[in-house]
Amino acid sequence: MNNLHIRKIIDKIKFSIFSPELIRKMSGAKVTVPDTYDDDGYPIDGGLVDMRLGVVDPGLRCKTCGGRATECPGHFGSIELVRPIIHVEFAKHIYAVLKSVCPSCKNLTTGKGVPVPVEVKPAESVAEEVPKEGEQAVEVAEAKPVKKKKKVGKKKCAFCNEELPEIKFLKPTTFYKNKEELLPSEVRDLLTGISDENIKALGFDPVYSRPEWMVLSVLPVPPVNVRPSITLETGERSEDDLTHKLVDIIRINQKLEANINAGAPQLIIEDLWELLQYHVTTFFDNETANIPPARHRSGRPLKTLAQRLKGKEGRFRYNLSGKRVNFSARTVISPDPMISIGEVGVPQEIAEELTIRVSMNTYNTEYCKQMVLSEKYPKALYVIRPDLKRLKITDLTRTEAAENLKVGSVIERQLVNGDIVIFNRQPSLHRISMMAHEVRVLPGKTFRLNPTVTAPYNADFDGDEMNLHVPQTAEAQAEAKLLMKVEDQILSPRHGHAIIRPQEDYVSGLFFLTQEAAEFTHHEAAKILYTAGITELPKPDRKKNYSGRLIFSQILPPKLNLKFKSKLGEDIVIKDSKLMDGTIESKAIENELLEHIFMLYGAAECRKFLDSVTKVALEVITKQGLSVSIRNYTLSEKAETKLNDTSDRMNREIENLILKYKNKTLERAPGMGLKETLEMNIMGLTSRTREEIGKIVESDLSMANTSIIMAKIGARGSLLNAIQMSACVGQQAVRSKRPKRGYARRNLPFNLPGMLSARECGYVFSSFRTGLAADEFYLHSMGGRESLVNTAIRTGRSGYMQRRLINAFQDLVVWPDKTVKDANGTVVQFIYGGDANDPMLASKSEYSDVSKQDDIDTA
Amino acid sequence: MAAKKTNARIAPFEAVGIIAAQSIGEPGTQMTMRTFHYAGVAEHVPTDLPRLIEIVDAKKTPKKPITDIHLRSDYRTEEKAKKVASEIESVLVSDIATITEDLERKKFIINYDEKFGKEMGVSFAKLCEEIEKVSLFGVEVKGDDKKIVIAPRSKKDKEVTLRQLRKMSTTVKSLLIKGVDGIRRAVVVKGEAGFFIRAAGCNIVGLMGHPAVDRKKIYTNDIKRMESVFGIEAARNAIYTEIKQVLDMQKLFVDVRHIMLVADALSSDGAVNSVGRHGLSGHKAGVFGRAAFEETVKHIVNASLEADEDKLAGVTENIIVGQTVPVGTGKIKLLVELGKKK
Repeated sequence: MNNLHIRKIIDKIKFSIFSPELIRKMSGAKVTVPDTYDDDGYPIDGGLVDMRLGVVDPGLRCKTCGGRATECPGHFGSIELVRPIIHVEFAKHIYAVLKSVCPSCKNLTTGKGVPVPVEVKPAESVAEEVPKEGEQAVEVAEAKPVKKKKKVGKKKCAFCNEELPEIKFLKPTTFYKNKEELLPSEVRDLLTGISDENIKALGFDPVYSRPEWMVLSVLPVPPVNVRPSITLETGERSEDDLTHKLVDIIRINQKLEANINAGAPQLIIEDLWELLQYHVTTFFDNETANIPPARHRSGRPLKTLAQRLKGKEGRFRYNLSGKRVNFSARTVISPDPMISIGEVGVPQEIAEELTIRVSMNTYNTEYCKQMVLSEKYPKALYVIRPDLKRLKITDLTRTEAAENLKVGSVIERQLVNGDIVIFNRQPSLHRISMMAHEVRVLPGKTFRLNPTVTAPYNADFDGDEMNLHVPQTAEAQAEAKLLMKVEDQILSPRHGHAIIRPQEDYVSGLFFLTQEAAEFTHHEAAKILYTAGITELPKPDRKKNYSGRLIFSQILPPKLNLKFKSKLGEDIVIKDSKLMDGTIESKAIENELLEHIFMLYGAAECRKFLDSVTKVALEVITKQGLSVSIRNYTLSEKAETKLNDTSDRMNREIENLILKYKNKTLERAPGMGLKETLEMNIMGLTSRTREEIGKIVESDLSMANTSIIMAKIGARGSLLNAIQMSACVGQQAVRSKRPKRGYARRNLPFNLPGMLSARECGYVFSSFRTGLAADEFYLHSMGGRESLVNTAIRTGRSGYMQRRLINAFQDLVVWPDKTVKDANGTVVQFIYGGDANDPMLASKSEYSDVSKQDDIDTA
Repeated sequence: MAAKKTNARIAPFEAVGIIAAQSIGEPGTQMTMRTFHYAGVAEHVPTDLPRLIEIVDAKKTPKKPITDIHLRSDYRTEEKAKKVASEIESVLVSDIATITEDLERKKFIINYDEKFGKEMGVSFAKLCEEIEKVSLFGVEVKGDDKKIVIAPRSKKDKEVTLRQLRKMSTTVKSLLIKGVDGIRRAVVVKGEAGFFIRAAGCNIVGLMGHPAVDRKKIYTNDIKRMESVFGIEAARNAIYTEIKQVLDMQKLFVDVRHIMLVADALSSDGAVNSVGRHGLSGHKAGVFGRAAFEETVKHIVNASLEADEDKLAGVTENIIVGQTVPVGTGKIKLLVELGKKK
């Protein structure tokens, strides 16, 4: 591959139907014996594993091409069918042709098309281009009254004036002509003799696929390579399903022949013929409707041709669209915050196993020699000589191999630090599920991954495994380096915001670091900055101490100016790379800082910033500590009373509503029934109550509470979590309504029928801290189950939707003229996205008005 | 900023289709079940994955059709809009009356409900008038009880069978008395340019007949209807708007370009296509591409019959034969002169 082969490029692939002549011509052997091996275990001549069909056993040579098992691709054989057989997959199309061709003159029953010159019978019917009323066959434009007449009289051919027979098709392979069953040979006779013009008109091709070829008179036998037999440990041979099926076919074919030759009655012949038809049908598709599937001795249905191709595990999706690869590794991932986001920690064992090809040239002769000679870790495992012979390097061959190295040799050396690899986690839902990392060989048995890059992979470390691929050619390595590097994927192509970004504790760390009051001694500041690789300290700004903001400023790239509002409502001001004002939180870092640095300073700088900012944050949060206790969720007594008041008020209001409902004085909402109105009002009330409770909790717990801090700065959790843990779990819903199921007109056996109150209908007053009462727990679990089931269903549905979307759009490409075209060359968009900008790079402020297509420079 | 803009240009041969499909498909798993509540118009309008699938499948009618009816400038006050809304809203017999069947005497009785009738603005007289219009026989109005008794007879003046009676009474139940057919629950909503009407159901042509309605500004989430009435460009915009709405509701950021590409691709051949095997994927160019997607055998059989060619222009086709994929850097080709050795 490294040498200049003239590689053939497949330009197109043509499909056609094999004609009987072609099948005979390409047949390596006529198969006549319904058996495989003789008693000595040697292939029988004329049997199903005849050596002219190719060989699978090593050591034997193919009798057709002389190749060994590895060289010979196999050759088709053939079975001469004594009587023609209908090909099931074409049955539908045969029916269509039979209906549209006149059996006597082979012209189209539509009355259109060029008539067959030889077969012209009565001259007058040909002369009359437009047939008279009543003679007409199926003409779409025909007026209605004529159609009614046709029902009475039989349709007649427009050309030969013969009556057209009524053709019926009974699945899978039976045809009737005027209620008489047609034999396959008769079907074939009806299909032959159609003129080339008419064949074209019918959608066939006179050269590549003639209608008569849809009826088989010779059956091609797939090469043995397609249906290899396996030898069990007992030495017994087990044949492939296809071979079994072919045995059946030959056996019945022979029986049929014998009967015909013996002059057996027509009835017996037809029975055998039908049996042969069944076997051939199941040979093609063993799931044909209306016929029982052919079964193996054990009762398992056979996997025949159609089954091999079809579906997720079929040839197309399993082997052709998805291929197995070499040079890959898979193991568990674990976090390592100290390696760069662009790196991946590779276990020593894996690095020793995986190889990269290096072809020797005049510049790396020394390097290659040294690799071959090396006896320990970074060494070459194989040498490929210029004549493509592959040699394993062992202690014995090492020196010899090194001596024989010459320009043009290729060595396969072990993976070393700095090599580029592609790292991937399934499901690969988007392109950033595969990114190029630099290798960092580490001790241990797991892949190490910087926790910051888990977001694009959607990975965590609870046992996830990931795959690693080593690009082999220089071209592949270059593409990976230029296009797939982690640092180039910091912004998501989906929305242009940072997807690789500090999360959770990193955010908390940055928040504590950049708080107004944060102050560090010289020693602490030096230690923090050292983790980011900064060894020089600025002048202290708080007497002898350093403010956190000053420390943070050190890792900002030079000449950065920014001003924006933070999530907490503060103004964050960065002036000449100094954080003047404001505390950093999640939005500030991901939507502002990272995006700006990426756009203004480039991917590499952005990666460096990310690497240092995460290390600094980690150091701070490690020293600072951040813990959550049950006290975080214990409300003060005052708040507790307020909470009870709110709940009571809600209860009263609900009772009120129920009363009104029962008295029918409740005002009906437009377009809704009384009950619906009540439910809507109650649901509104409960959600309003939750908001009120939220306010109480928020003010009571305040920013002194670590949980609230984390929720507010976007590190982890939400206010809702805090509310549910400390105050009240709130209304449970099943199908976005209050739960109402179980017993007759009540949820639980001890409820009164017709229950409507908050508690009875799934309002949970308890908090997770206090624990749920039994009835609350039960109703809560109903809502929980629903969402569990929902996610399970959703993953399947969304996976299928994505498969369809990708399949439909995979060929769409932007051309250099900015148009989007599909594989046919059809234009889908004249200017991609209206402005030809990359969604990843065009930040949202710039695409506010894409509908305006005027300001596009088409230069 | 000028320099920045040039850098943001899309790279030539970028596989934008795949990126768009991924950008819309990937958040599918993250979508939480959510239904939207158009106060008074419709409840539980799906605004999550099911709705998204509905859009890309180009379903004939959405589960919950909603129509936004904008009014001509002089009708945009709340009062006038309300009046229009009540005129548009369809009123069926079953909305204002209950129907009881008298199976013994082979007739059915329509009991006018005064309260609902007033609410809907249909008087008893109007009801009688409408019913008399359609039924040719046996209508007996009992004004005092506000009742209409219908004793139908069949064509040849024979007695009707019970089944026929039941059929007639259900037909009468769904008889349109007033308003535009198919438009239910019209509610006045305040919008940017004054008040407009939001209604459940969809009947664009019917709505256009009303003088107060701004014909150019009827919008419905039923994409196929938009296509049939306003044409393919409107349908494209409707697809875009609907996908965007779903994603916005879920608070999922997806760049507009991706959504636009999907909308454009779905409508590129002049009709709204779906993404499945009956739509875009079903009539792609390559035989292998189609066979690898769904209905493998069917595509291969048809291809052989038509002596079809696969020109290997698509992604799947080239993966199948093991060649470079014709997107991105795979599109760039260099010719090297061979045979000249130095």
